[in-house]
Amino acid sequence: MNADKQLDAKGLACPMPIVRTKQAIDELASGQILEVQATDKGARNDLAAWANSTGHKLLESREENGILTFWIQKK
Amino acid sequence: MDNNPQTLPVNMTPDELGRIITRQEKLFVLDVRNETEFKDWKIEGQALEIINIPYFDLLDSVEPALKRIPEGERLLVVCAKEGSSRFIAERIAEAGRSEVHYLEGGMKRWGELLVPVKAGDLKSGGEIYQFNRLGKGCLSYMIVSEGEAVVVDAARMVQPYIDFARERGIRIQHIVDTHLHADHISGGRELAGRTGASYFLPPQDADEVVFSYLPLTEGRDLRIGHTDVRPMYSPGHTLGSTTLLVDDRYLLTGDILFVASIGRPDLAGKAEDWVGDLRNTLYGLYSGLPEELIVLPAHFGTVAEMDRTGAVSAKLGDLYRQNPGLKLEDEQTFRQTVTEQLPPQPHAYREIRQTNMGKISPDEETQREMETGPNRCAVHD
Repeated sequence: MNADKQLDAKGLACPMPIVRTKQAIDELASGQILEVQATDKGARNDLAAWANSTGHKLLESREENGILTFWIQKK
Repeated sequence: MDNNPQTLPVNMTPDELGRIITRQEKLFVLDVRNETEFKDWKIEGQALEIINIPYFDLLDSVEPALKRIPEGERLLVVCAKEGSSRFIAERIAEAGRSEVHYLEGGMKRWGELLVPVKAGDLKSGGEIYQFNRLGKGCLSYMIVSEGEAVVVDAARMVQPYIDFARERGIRIQHIVDTHLHADHISGGRELAGRTGASYFLPPQDADEVVFSYLPLTEGRDLRIGHTDVRPMYSPGHTLGSTTLLVDDRYLLTGDILFVASIGRPDLAGKAEDWVGDLRNTLYGLYSGLPEELIVLPAHFGTVAEMDRTGAVSAKLGDLYRQNPGLKLEDEQTFRQTVTEQLPPQPHAYREIRQTNMGKISPDEETQREMETGPNRCAVHD
């Protein structure tokens, strides 16, 4: 999936993956897509819940070799 | 008061939280995990007030939390592992609140805390201790007589039993699991390995077990010091479920009978087959036992079951008057209750059973994750 911006949050523990994701989303325009990579397993449910709570759209998430990748579209 | 005091949140250890809960002290808890995790499993205490606001809804401002947190009360912020609760606790302290704490190690460590309390005396001068796993509602036991002990339904974390015994000069002689557990990983085998004690399991539950054990069977009493521990075959939660009668006074009912509920027969995948067994045990075997027996179960459902000392127990006769699971005289109603109206099954219960049989050996971190959440071994949630 094509992303407008990429964020590397690998190795960061909660709450930092979400803190960084929020900062990165703030810099995007509506409709643009952010790709986030993280390794903290807690990020999976929290990112989905955060997107749900803020109205941004979690388009897809994937886990490969312990790396979680998320694509989020700004509302 | 200083001008502009630079307040910082203070860590609260799981031990301290355990003391607060067993003493029924007041505490306000802000749980900052996501809503799903909170709904699934949370800290419970009789004098505890708890609210849930996910940390990601407090990143811009903690104002929504401040509005709901009473001033001047001790506050504990909680998350899954610690990081997010510490982050939010710092913001709350910066906003001028005092007595702000965060839970060291989060829910993960909370789920592993064992709090030993004395559950009763034995005729010969010994004692029976209940190890309360407050975060999960699991109860295990150490029965002590003349410096010898038997440990029953040990939790995965075995160090607390070893330390407890060492501090009191007690030798752990025997370890018993009343059944093959599906809600938590048994520490029985590891504890046996580390103490040299013998490990007993009901053979009907141990068909697929891949390590050696001694059979826990009726007619073969265990003796420690001056105390007899008498196994009574009481199937229903599992095919092998076995009750222990200690000192002719205490009835360790495992996952068959709890204070406010009864065991569920479905965690080994055979609810239909075992309904009859469960009914025979509860309405046959147990109902013929003396009313004065003190029931010591392997779980509690809510903190309301704990007395002032933190112990969970009840007289068998009282349970026949109060426990809803013992008032299902009609066979059809009983069958429906224990097969159709069950709460969700515990997380990873199949993998937990495989681990307890020795068939798989997940690493410690995986074992911890498998056990996350409430125990859910009872028919009533």
